[in-house]
Amino acid sequence: MEDDQLIPKIPLDDWVEKFRDFLKDNLQWLFDGIKDGIEELDDFFKLLLHIGDVPGSPFILMIIIALIAWWVSGWKVGLFSLIGLWLVNNLGYWDHLVDTVSLVVISVVIAIIVGVPVGIWMSQKNMAQSVITPILDFMQTMPAFVYLIPAVVFFKLGVVPGVVSTVIFSMPPTVRLTNLGIRQVDAELVEAAEAFGSTTWQKLGKVQLPIAMPTTLQGINQTIMLSLSMVVIASLAGAPGLGADVYKAVSQVKIGLGFESGLALVILAMILDRITQGRKKK
Amino acid sequence: MSEIKVDKLTKIFGRPQKTAVRLLEEGKTKDEILAETGMTVAVNQASFEVQQGEVFVIMGLSGSGKSTLVRMLNRLFEPSSGDIWLNDKNVAKMNKEELRNLRRKEMSMVFQNFALLPHKTILQNGAYGLEIQGYSKEERETKAKESLELVGLGGYLDKYPTELSGGMQQRVGLARALANDPNILLMDEAFSALDPLIRKDMQDELMDLQQSVHKTIIFITHDLDEALRIGDRIALMKDGAIVQVGTAEEILMQPADDYVERFVEDVDLSKVLTAAHIMKRAESITVDRGPRTALELMRNEGISTIFVTDKSRKLLGYITADQAQKAVDEGLEVKEVLTPDIPTTAPDILLNDLFDKLAESWAPLSVVDDQGRLEGIIVRGSVIGALSGSDEIINENGSGVTS
Repeated sequence: MEDDQLIPKIPLDDWVEKFRDFLKDNLQWLFDGIKDGIEELDDFFKLLLHIGDVPGSPFILMIIIALIAWWVSGWKVGLFSLIGLWLVNNLGYWDHLVDTVSLVVISVVIAIIVGVPVGIWMSQKNMAQSVITPILDFMQTMPAFVYLIPAVVFFKLGVVPGVVSTVIFSMPPTVRLTNLGIRQVDAELVEAAEAFGSTTWQKLGKVQLPIAMPTTLQGINQTIMLSLSMVVIASLAGAPGLGADVYKAVSQVKIGLGFESGLALVILAMILDRITQGRKKK
Repeated sequence: MSEIKVDKLTKIFGRPQKTAVRLLEEGKTKDEILAETGMTVAVNQASFEVQQGEVFVIMGLSGSGKSTLVRMLNRLFEPSSGDIWLNDKNVAKMNKEELRNLRRKEMSMVFQNFALLPHKTILQNGAYGLEIQGYSKEERETKAKESLELVGLGGYLDKYPTELSGGMQQRVGLARALANDPNILLMDEAFSALDPLIRKDMQDELMDLQQSVHKTIIFITHDLDEALRIGDRIALMKDGAIVQVGTAEEILMQPADDYVERFVEDVDLSKVLTAAHIMKRAESITVDRGPRTALELMRNEGISTIFVTDKSRKLLGYITADQAQKAVDEGLEVKEVLTPDIPTTAPDILLNDLFDKLAESWAPLSVVDDQGRLEGIIVRGSVIGALSGSDEIINENGSGVTS
């Protein structure tokens, strides 16, 4: 076959691996730093979610989340959260739920911290938009498993490669919708802001961002949903949590375990979705 | 004093703009340039001056370049060439900092679709221009409140824009512009999005407001009636160029070209012409003359009534031939037989507002100035003649009075 080829195969795979070696040789200190940082953040979050391991901590957290849901989205969502979380605890997945929540929260926070400014930048410069859009397409359509390989190489096994690949996969909606929201602000409103002598930052902070906020929040909501969908894949790199349970169930054909852990994920997803959607409607 | 002087202001959409500007200067038309270079001439060498305290209306159909022109005045659009002189500063050459100060202190803009911030209350919207200048919350809200009260919205401070009707929203837009206390107001089709009745109310209110604030107003509209109602002077635009600048009467009575003529031919003249335009000379005698003189005059002129004034031409009434004959027969003086309390009007009243008075009585309507002095009379025939646009009826008196 190879002899038949007129133009020899481009060694793209070799190049990528050389690039990886280059990064590993020169930037490992950076990756180690990121790894330590995320791990500490993860420990901190878990401690927070376990409320310092005081007795009955699941119930305290359950009630706190239910109250937040009630306040943000109404009593129905509040009640659902309480019952759903109680069920997860009853089934014995509480610790894994906390692991997953920690993974999701850290990923989403990083995605927002990076994604929103990138989205703003995109909205201000057409050049930035035309460069970043294909990158976002790449991030979203590249099979998420592929991110695990470099993530594991650079960050070893554990929660960190999970977080990194989750961030890459789930960030695009936040970037896209922040950009879209700002660009959709009525041209006359932008003109008005300029006509009264706003600086670029005033225009952004007082007009464009507040008006784009509902769209941005929708992007963040999608980011949360996408990061939940990544937890099973993240578990392949050794990230603990409900994803690992699902993976175990699949590999061992345990239908009961698979249903329980899957259900726990669904409950978590619904609570997070309703809370973030509700915030938007206010 | 001339507040703004615009000199050969041009806006080209497309690149390279310099080529198109050069072609324009060579006298090529908009269509030729489009065919030759693919560039669109939005505004073509517009020049005009606006006086301080004047309401200057720029009118034209959509696509005539009027909105582009006004956006160049505060440089929301960058001019391709030309100058905008504001006192002795050239706006077209200002740097960012100067431009920002201009927009903050000297020129405010009112937008067609109001452009209110939906997430801010009426008070916060009114205060926006001051907020970005760094005024304290208290100071800016006091000022915003003042200007919102000026437009009659003092009771809506905590509402949000969507809770208000279109007319009220545009009042907020106006108040926001006035809160900065600028010298110049740019109003881009400010009332075009309102329904006709509200639009008229707003026009009236703007005129009332203008009496107290004396701003220089540049008002963009596509509505000729609106232009005629509120404009001290009107600039008519076509294909990006200004075809005529003048008062309402000048544009209606002496259209610069066929385009203007066609544009204004459907105008309701009764809303433009004033009593002074159509009044005729009134035959009159002073009250100290005898009834015989009155009879004599009437006979000579072939008329059946004559107006009576005192020595300072102050109108006292009229006397008919019958009354004069009676006075002669019974040896009475003119002042004892004349008919006082006759219908009068002021010279600057629009024809439109004269119809009622004309319908009320058969006597001619006398036109008197603010001292009560007789200036002329209006008979029904001249009203009808004027409405049909007859040049013989319409005289030059009007222009002196209204402008």
